Amino acid sequence: MKGGHDLGGQPDMGPINPEPESAEPVFHAEWERRVFGLTLATGMLGQWNIDESRHARERQDPLDYLRNSYYENWLAGLETLLLEKGLVTQEELQQATAASSSPAEDSLRVPSPETAEDLLAAGASSLMPQQDEPRFGIDDRVTVRHSETTGHTRVPRYAHGVTGRVVARLGCHSYPDSNAAGVHEGKQLYTVAFDGRDLWGSASPRSEVLIDLWEPYLDSAS
Amino acid sequence: MPHDHHHDHTEPPSDLELRVKALESLLVEKGLVNPATLDTIIDTYEHKVGPQNGAQVVAKAWTDPEFKERLLRDATAAVSELGFAGRQGEHLQVVENNEKVHNLVVCTLCSCYPWTVLGLPPAWYKSAPYRARAVSEPRAVLSEFGTELDDDITIRVWDSTSEMRYLVLPQRPAGTEDWSEQALRKLVSRNAMIGVELARSTDQKQGDGP
Repeated sequence: MKGGHDLGGQPDMGPINPEPESAEPVFHAEWERRVFGLTLATGMLGQWNIDESRHARERQDPLDYLRNSYYENWLAGLETLLLEKGLVTQEELQQATAASSSPAEDSLRVPSPETAEDLLAAGASSLMPQQDEPRFGIDDRVTVRHSETTGHTRVPRYAHGVTGRVVARLGCHSYPDSNAAGVHEGKQLYTVAFDGRDLWGSASPRSEVLIDLWEPYLDSAS
Repeated sequence: MPHDHHHDHTEPPSDLELRVKALESLLVEKGLVNPATLDTIIDTYEHKVGPQNGAQVVAKAWTDPEFKERLLRDATAAVSELGFAGRQGEHLQVVENNEKVHNLVVCTLCSCYPWTVLGLPPAWYKSAPYRARAVSEPRAVLSEFGTELDDDITIRVWDSTSEMRYLVLPQRPAGTEDWSEQALRKLVSRNAMIGVELARSTDQKQGDGP
């Protein structure tokens, strides 16, 4: 993780300036449409999972991540994955043409439109077979560990060291920190509620933030 | 980051457009992408899946108490009754607004969003200012959308850090007791289902789509 993406609570970000709902197109340029489609289409080759995909975008220089528009970050992540998984070479990307005749490996199944529609409609559950009993129960007080990983994680930095209350036990779900490194394992997932004052100080009355957190991110605060 | 979307069409293609075109032709040439599949994927999220799905879910919940009960207990199963299922909606949760609690959804780490019921997220949802501020100053954020809540209402902000996806069930507007489900759908904006706005009142009814 490089941290450009971990934006929760960052000060001085300025106004949101939303486009009116009725006026906003789904895509703002043709290249955005293509980047979105290419990312999903190549994702269906099964060469990487969603956490590797997120991690590929996050690993950019934080300044690039923040300067880029949204789909530029998708494009950067896609190029990284294609290169790292050996589906294209740096030379091919630069020349924009395939080296000699190098068609897709036979082992890769490139989905037809019908298969793609089925895959989109089916989705992919992150639930995994239960391995251990959940360590925490509803209403347990838990504190978020300071995690200084060099890999991918789904702990927002703003929650580090803060204590909250378990409000839901969501079962055993694919653990992103391992999944991004290619190791598919499940860990218990919880929804933890944090009082706004504990996160942001007394200036934040009557707000709560609820974060889904995996068991290894948490310590008992009892 | 702020971004000017209004391009002059007489401009030559940008480096970015050329880079994406080159990547697409390389992937097609290598047989890694089927062009017809690419079109199908884009068409699905540009024209088929969108906030009209979510509006249907909300209007049904407002008029059918048994559906609402199933929706709050297991939203993934309940919305699949209406044919809404699939990618980025595998683990859906519906969170209900009431007199004491207002819900707001964000993804501070990326752009997680319930695609099956809302389609792809708007640009502002993916922007740095929204991702940064929704958790730390939700009242100021709501105010920028023209939404002012009483001080005694608790704002509950859902940061979508896992594969759980959150949809807000707004409060049914006053004066709609005898409205049909069909008519009620027009009061359910996308922004209300993210939680930055309330459902439209009966005098703001709009026919505009997503």
